[in-house]
Amino acid sequence: MKRSQMNDVHTLAVLVENKAGVLARVAGLFARRGFNIESLAVAPTDERFSRITIVVDADSAPLDQIMKQLDKLIDVVDITELDTESSALREMVLVRLDVQDEAKVREVHQLVEGFSGSVIRVGGTRMMISLSSRPRELDEFISQLRPFGIEELQRTGAIAIPGID
Amino acid sequence: MQMDGGQALLKALEYEGVEVVFGYPGGAILPVYDSVLQAGLRHVLVRHEQGAGHMASGYAHATGKPGVVIVTSGPAATNIVTPLADAYLDSVPMVAITGQVPYGLIGTDAFQETDTTGITMSITKHNYLVSDPNDIPQIVHEAFHIATHGRPGPVLIDLPKNFADAMNPDSKMTWKDPIPVDLPGFQPVLDGEPEDIKAAVELMLQASRPVIYAGGGILKARGADELRALAEKLNIPVVTTLMARGALPDSHELNLGMPGMHGNYTAIMAMQQSDLLIALGSRFDDRVTGRLDGFAPDAKVIHVDIDPAELGKIRTPDVAIRGDAKRVMAAMLDEIGSATAIDHGAWRSTLSGWQENYPLAYEDAEPGGKLKPQMVLERLRDLSPEDTIVASGVGQHQMWASQYWKFDHPYTWINSGGLGTMGYSIPAAIGAKAGMPERTVWAVDGDGCFQMTCQELITASVEGIPIKVALLNNSYLGMVRQWQEMFYDNRYSEVDLSGPVPDYIKMSEAMGCVAIRVEDPDEIDAAIERANSINDRPVVIEFVTESEENVYPMVPGGQSNSDVVVPPFQEKETAR
Repeated sequence: MKRSQMNDVHTLAVLVENKAGVLARVAGLFARRGFNIESLAVAPTDERFSRITIVVDADSAPLDQIMKQLDKLIDVVDITELDTESSALREMVLVRLDVQDEAKVREVHQLVEGFSGSVIRVGGTRMMISLSSRPRELDEFISQLRPFGIEELQRTGAIAIPGID
Repeated sequence: MQMDGGQALLKALEYEGVEVVFGYPGGAILPVYDSVLQAGLRHVLVRHEQGAGHMASGYAHATGKPGVVIVTSGPAATNIVTPLADAYLDSVPMVAITGQVPYGLIGTDAFQETDTTGITMSITKHNYLVSDPNDIPQIVHEAFHIATHGRPGPVLIDLPKNFADAMNPDSKMTWKDPIPVDLPGFQPVLDGEPEDIKAAVELMLQASRPVIYAGGGILKARGADELRALAEKLNIPVVTTLMARGALPDSHELNLGMPGMHGNYTAIMAMQQSDLLIALGSRFDDRVTGRLDGFAPDAKVIHVDIDPAELGKIRTPDVAIRGDAKRVMAAMLDEIGSATAIDHGAWRSTLSGWQENYPLAYEDAEPGGKLKPQMVLERLRDLSPEDTIVASGVGQHQMWASQYWKFDHPYTWINSGGLGTMGYSIPAAIGAKAGMPERTVWAVDGDGCFQMTCQELITASVEGIPIKVALLNNSYLGMVRQWQEMFYDNRYSEVDLSGPVPDYIKMSEAMGCVAIRVEDPDEIDAAIERANSINDRPVVIEFVTESEENVYPMVPGGQSNSDVVVPPFQEKETAR
């Protein structure tokens, strides 16, 4: 489902203690309480803490309840709901295409340039492409790529940090 | 100080002030049990690990101190899943220690390996898998801190065998006293915001039909005195939930009794018609609210809870106060000062009208008929010492015990409220008695529950923990039968326990108990008095009770509390 079709999507920046099993605790909580995760990305920020960006579908439960239940996890230190307009929000996608026709390689190059993505490698009619941008841009990029013949596609899920204000 | 992880674990438990542990040895926990021999604490050897868990829970309820369980890996760890889930739902402070296969074998499907931290993640407040024996003192310290601070709950520590085994070099560790906990993600807020307390008090002073909805959080916060003071200060009637029985004496004129599915009519209707519910450490459980959209429709809500996730989870409060119930009530009393509430005279007379017309009541037994369970409980209540601790199983007998016992002291009622765990009473009573040996402890049990956990009477006999059991034997899974009668058109499916086996007397005697069967009402008092006079071994009284007695009042599942069903012999007034 495209983000634009979802009703009540929120992006949460969750700071957690970087301990074994913390991702399982977060994911398990969502499963147990019936909260829907749209995407989740996690990596350490330093030795002690990791930051998780979770895009949640608050149609499944009130956002307030999702945040409070998350906050009850001992390893969860802080939760911030990010304003998607002002915060820095990025997602990356890797795509492998087989465009079948060498003439179309050129077209894809132009498309990728238009989105400020990059062509990682070309081999005959097959191409590896990446783009890092806001998730909606990725949606648009992927939908324009699709007619060229996508073989494999992997999105990272959004990562985000609060805006300057 | 150099030692092995097993010694460190026991030393850490002693460091936390643990006096009693409930446990059962086995492969992966063997090295820890080698240290139990030298430890300065009492170990109670149970007969099933589930019993150990409920004993720890009963101990915690009765003493206010965290209950401690030690069991091995695999099947033992899964056997304590039920008590952990029970303690989690009822916010009981517990620390469970499970053995685990050696660290290097984790993930290989080794003998008696289960993913214990994974299995218990959603039914514990927190859990740990030890990865270095040097961490043991600090992990144990954190576990006790987490179990007992904020909203209490169970914490589990999974300890791989090689870290405890003196014969394994992996177990070598250097003891260091734990440092104060540093958990940035666990900072319970105890004091409510002053402006919220002010707003709450304003509502309380202006309400014309206020009710205090007192929950188990008041007992967890040791706040019974503040509850009484607050209720008396503003003359506000109080309902005490199943988890809060005893938080205000049942003999207190402001106590309307238990609300909910089998609550007192007046308590149920007072909440329904209230214009202000003051929820203190209660969580709007579905067994209390009935159908939510019909619950207390005219009431504003003040909700006080130490767990912010409870605020607004079920019912959106008008004033939400995150804080410890005791401290918030004390702050409310300060805020009230010398102010007085508006007159509740009309409200009080409505309530006393209900109390007069719809008291808890049952019909006396027919001459020659079987015993009425309610009457048995009334005799038990009247003939037992005033501060008797009552631990109940789950089902009809639980509801009757909660209804007909008069709880005049906090921490005298122990039961499984949230999870509804059949078989809870006998082990919970043993745990309570282990913690409070000078008190009389009665387990009120049903025949279904008894057959689930009665083997712990062996524990009670062997360990010298002389509890008493009132077995209300109606030869049915009574509550299920009642639902089948009322909602499945009398189609009784798999609820008949009439036997002819077991013989509860022989069974109890075989486990070292004095056992008495009572069938005649004239024998009730003598049997209870005899039981109360025996203090050197457990006693079981089997009361052969009326088979098809129903629990009333009853709010049928999924219906509004306004549709509460009173006993057939009480004619109900036209509902508002």
